[in-house]
This record gives sequence, C-alpha cells and structure tokens, in this order.
Amino acid sequence: MATAAAQRTARPEADGARNTAGDPAEYQRVFDAAVAADERIEPRDWMPDAYRATLVRQIAQHAHSEIIGMQPEANWITRAPSLRRKAILMAKVQDEAGHGLYLYSAAETLGTSRDELLDKLHSGRQKYSSIFNYPTLTWADVGAIGWLVDGAAITNQVPLCRCSYGPYARAMVRICKEESFHQRQGYELLLALSQGTPEQHAMAQDAVDRWWWPSLMMFGPPDDESQHSAQSMEWKIKRHSNDELRQRFVDICVPQAESLGLTLPDPDLKWNEERGHHEFGRIDWTEFWEVLKGNGPCNEQRLTQRKRAHDEGAWVREAAAAHAAKHTGATKAAGHETTGAERA
Amino acid sequence: MSTTDWPLWEVFVRSRRGLSHTHAGSLHAPDAELALRNARDLYTRRGEGVSIWVVPAAAITASSPDEKDPFFEPAADKPYRHPTFYEIPEGVKHL
Amino acid sequence: MTATGSATVPVTAALALGDDALVLSHRLGEWAGHAPALEEEVALANIALDLLGQARVLLSLVGDEDELAYLREERSFRNLQLVEQPNGDFAHTIARQLYFSTYQHLLHAELAAGDGPFAPLAAKAVKEVAYHRDHAEQWTRRLGDGTGTSHERMRRACAALWRFTGEMFQPVEGLDVDWAALESRWLESVAEVLDRATLTVPEGPRTGAWSAGAGRQGIHTEPFGRMLAEMQHLHRSHPGASW
Repeated sequence: MATAAAQRTARPEADGARNTAGDPAEYQRVFDAAVAADERIEPRDWMPDAYRATLVRQIAQHAHSEIIGMQPEANWITRAPSLRRKAILMAKVQDEAGHGLYLYSAAETLGTSRDELLDKLHSGRQKYSSIFNYPTLTWADVGAIGWLVDGAAITNQVPLCRCSYGPYARAMVRICKEESFHQRQGYELLLALSQGTPEQHAMAQDAVDRWWWPSLMMFGPPDDESQHSAQSMEWKIKRHSNDELRQRFVDICVPQAESLGLTLPDPDLKWNEERGHHEFGRIDWTEFWEVLKGNGPCNEQRLTQRKRAHDEGAWVREAAAAHAAKHTGATKAAGHETTGAERA
Repeated sequence: MSTTDWPLWEVFVRSRRGLSHTHAGSLHAPDAELALRNARDLYTRRGEGVSIWVVPAAAITASSPDEKDPFFEPAADKPYRHPTFYEIPEGVKHL
Repeated sequence: MTATGSATVPVTAALALGDDALVLSHRLGEWAGHAPALEEEVALANIALDLLGQARVLLSLVGDEDELAYLREERSFRNLQLVEQPNGDFAHTIARQLYFSTYQHLLHAELAAGDGPFAPLAAKAVKEVAYHRDHAEQWTRRLGDGTGTSHERMRRACAALWRFTGEMFQPVEGLDVDWAALESRWLESVAEVLDRATLTVPEGPRTGAWSAGAGRQGIHTEPFGRMLAEMQHLHRSHPGASW
C-alpha cells in the first residue's frame, strides 16, 4: 500500500493537459503498481483504455442483467400464491431495479451515460446474462431462480466486492448485502414446495431440473475458451477463474439439494474424495452459445418488453424534464456529463 | 443522447442522528424534489437513513487526482498536529 | 365467509379498507418491469409494498389473509371500483394514485385521531400514505405542466377516472367518519393540486348511473374479474396447500 502510494508520487502532472501529457509508460507503471498493491483505481485516475473498456462492458452487462432479470420473476408477481410470497417477490424485483441503478451509476463514472448504455442494450450491442432468456413456467421457477441463479450470481459477485475498480467494488458491496435475502427466500420457497403436496414437490423438482444446467453456464465458458478471463484476472477485475467458481458453486449446492429433498439432474455428479470436490457431467456448451447468439427461448421477448417499457416511458421522462426546465432553471444546468463526487 | 436525459445527482445519507451525511451513491432525476424522493426510495428503503442530501453532480468541484500531491502531501510532514507526537511520562492521566 | 377475529373489529370496514389496499397493491405490482424510469420502478414498488402490508394487517384482523384474498368470489370484495381500474398509461396510474391516496390519507388521519379499532393501524398507515399522496401530487404537477402531450394525457386520465370518485364517500359501516366533511376536504385538495398542475377539475358525474351499486356493495367493473382470475388461479389450483 505504502509503496504504491509512493510510486504514485512519481506521476507526471506539472502541465495543464493532465492524463495525456507526460510519459505514457510512467502512467502505466503507476497504474500497474496500484493494482499489484491491491489499491483501488478511482474514476479520475489514469487507466489503460482497454481496462476502461473492459469495465464498461462488464458493468453494463451486469446492470442490464439486473433489469432484464426483473422480467422472469415479475412474471409471477400477479400470481404469487400467498400474500407473504407476493410481498417478498415484489421486494426482490424492486431490489433488482435498484441494483441495476447502482451499477449504471458505477458505469457512468467511466464516462458513459445510462442512456448510452440503455441504447446499446436496446440495439443489441451490449449483452445481458443469458440465464434470463429462459422462461419461468411455474411458480417453483421463482424458487429455483432464487436458489440457483441468485446463488450462482452471489458466488460470482462476492469476489467482485474486491474488484480493483472502486465504484464497481462499492456497488457490489451494497448489492451483495441486499441480495443475501434473495437466495434464502428462493431456498425457503422450494423447501415449502418440496415438503408440500406431491404436485408441489413435482413442480419444485421440475424447476430444478430446468434451471440447474443454465445456472452452471452462468459462470461462463471453460477457462481455456474464455476470451477475456486472463486479462481481467491480471487487472484484478476478476479474482477467480470461471471453472474455479463453477466448482465452488456445485460443491455448495449438492448438500443444499439434499436438504431440500430434491435431486440435481446430473447422473455423473459424484464426490471425488481425492480432489475434495464434486465431479459433474459435461455442460452442453452448444446450448450456451446458441442462447448467447439470440436463439434462446425468450431472447426476443425480453428485449422487446424492455424496449417497449423504455419507449412508452419516453413521454413521461420528457414531461418531467420539460417541467424542470420551466420551474427550476438552476437544475437544468446540472448536466449529466460533467464530473461529480463519485468521479473525484 | 437527447435533451430530455435526466441529470445525475449525488446522494448523501445520514444513517442516524449524531453522524454526518456520507455519500451513498447517485441517481438520475429531473429536478431536486424528485431526486430527494428517489433517493429516499432507493437508498433508505431498508431503514438506512434519517436524513438525505441530494446535490447535482455537476455542482461538485472535485480535486484532481493529479493535484493530489500538492494538495495533500504537505500535510503529511506535520506530525506535531497529532497527539501521538508528544511524549508524556507514564502515569500522567487525563491528557 | 369468515369469523370476526375480534368482536370489536367491524368486518365490513376491515374488508373495505383491506381490499382497497390489496387491489391497488396488485395493480401497482403489474408495473414491475414496465415503469418509465428505473427510479420510478423503485418508487412504485415501495408504494405497492406499503399497501400490501396494510392489506395483510387489515385482512388478518377479520380472518386468514390468504383465504380472504384468494378464496373469495368477486362479489365478496368490498374495494372501491377506482382501485381496480387497469393501470392504463402512467398518467392513468398517477390520476388513480392522486384520487385514492388523497382519500386514503384524509381517511386514515381521521381514523388515527379517533379511538376506534383502526386507530393504531391508521396511525402507521397515515405516514406511508402521506408519502403516496406526495408522490402522486409531484407527478400530477410534472405531467400536467410538462409537455403538451403529457398535459393532454393527464387531463384525459383525470377525466376518465372522475366518475369513480363519488363512491369513496359512501359511508362504510363501522367507520365513525364525517363523510361529507371528508369529501369537501378531498375536493378542495384535489382541486388545488390540479390547479397547480395547470389542469382543471373534470366535469361530469362522480358516480356511475347504475342503481346496482358499486364496489363497496360487491359490484365491480369488468377488468376486476380478470384481475382476480389471474391473482387467485395458482392458489386455487392447489386446494389446502401451503406455500
């Protein structure tokens, strides 16, 4: 820590054109030293263009996933079978909107506005997690999403709380804290079904059967095929490899499934005493790449609904902006493209 | 993208009485009144606060990271501003 | 239908207040994933959650909340027709919020000040509802005094829902309220908000010309049957199951 701070004092800064003048190699060296020392990179620090681009891509994809991810669960809000479950589900879907918002804010510190990012989502130039292209066919799917999808997401996200980019790491701390109830409610929901009537039990098993493999795919392609992984690890945006996190998730889920009284749909799943891990069957990566390409069961539907909500809301956003322009001249000047506290 | 984009606001929350407001995050809102309400809904929905400030992000003047050294380094060599600088004989109390 | 939970709680009144909150919460829940901005997703969900909380407390006073919510037929619901009206565009939702939250706020303030069985509940609800009312007023102003389009949409929404507002002031058995005074305060407040929003108080009758009655008598509008069908189907498909 101290050494990196000392090294940063070497940053060239004398002239007015900061960040571009001076020796680029020196900037790079200061950046590398900060990352190596586990310091956080903050918005106005110099950073390599590729680092910035990687972060924007990853944070945007994460934000998009939160807001597209509202859809499969919101699909059951109006049909939730008890008022208690309905309140829980509404609160959860609301959290997802909030998490999307935190993440868009983090992305905005890198100089890309939320509108630009939404534009890229709507035009298909940026992705969201493929898991949300699967349908929620029964109530039990709400439980399976909570247990497996949120479980996988948390496994991915906890290390991101230590990500090298400050605003992203801070957003993840808040998100992880708030999400701790998401996975538990899913597990509890499935447990109630598993221990309920035979029809309910079958509903729960069916949901787990359909969500298990897509959840494993959430960790991304195997390490040797992952195009961004190595560089992200070096930059400490990513802290563990895809396969490492996937293995951790499987090891966590197996005993949890047993307690639920449900089985995981993998005949090859077995404990390997020597490795101290569960072995599991081959993932169908063909399906993964197909869904990613846009051929999943709900790709079209999710994006269409998202765009419709945005387009139908345009007149509301315009009205509020027009009202503000009429009545609060001062706030109009508070443009979105300038710097703010989080960019300091 | 368009002129109707809502501006960015920074949100500061006092988590309980006796503490100062700390930066909680940011959001978009068309004006101060809605910014305050959105902040309430977003950043205090789990009972995290008793008071909120919202500030247009554009109104904040920030020190540059490149000015960090002239800004902050001179403060580092004045240890006599800290109580630990002084040696007090053992046994002397209430100092 | 259900036994009274407590001899002192008037069932009709608990159902009227509880069903209002339950049904409006459901309608607001339909916005999830469709709101005009992310910030508004969070705001609408907050209001829906407050209302659902109120509904659960009220229904639990007079029976099992889930039995009451999921197993009653349409005719047994005592909510206002206003709250069951479909969301429409954002202007319709805001007009519905304005009319209802102003009413609910004035009503709960009066109940909270009294010493009836609903006083403790109303004392908590009145704070939540004050916020809902503020939210509706803020948005009414922005839509009414925003763009030409938003003004016209808001005007139409206020007019379309106007005929559901008379029913709010029909006396509810078991609520000790000066309904006429409540109504005049409501009119005054709504007129003031509309005026600030450069809108005018809609003309036309405030009740439908139908002698069968309205929501408080269990007579509802067509969209309500569909809403209940969706809300109740899963629960009813598994009789006796726990969730």
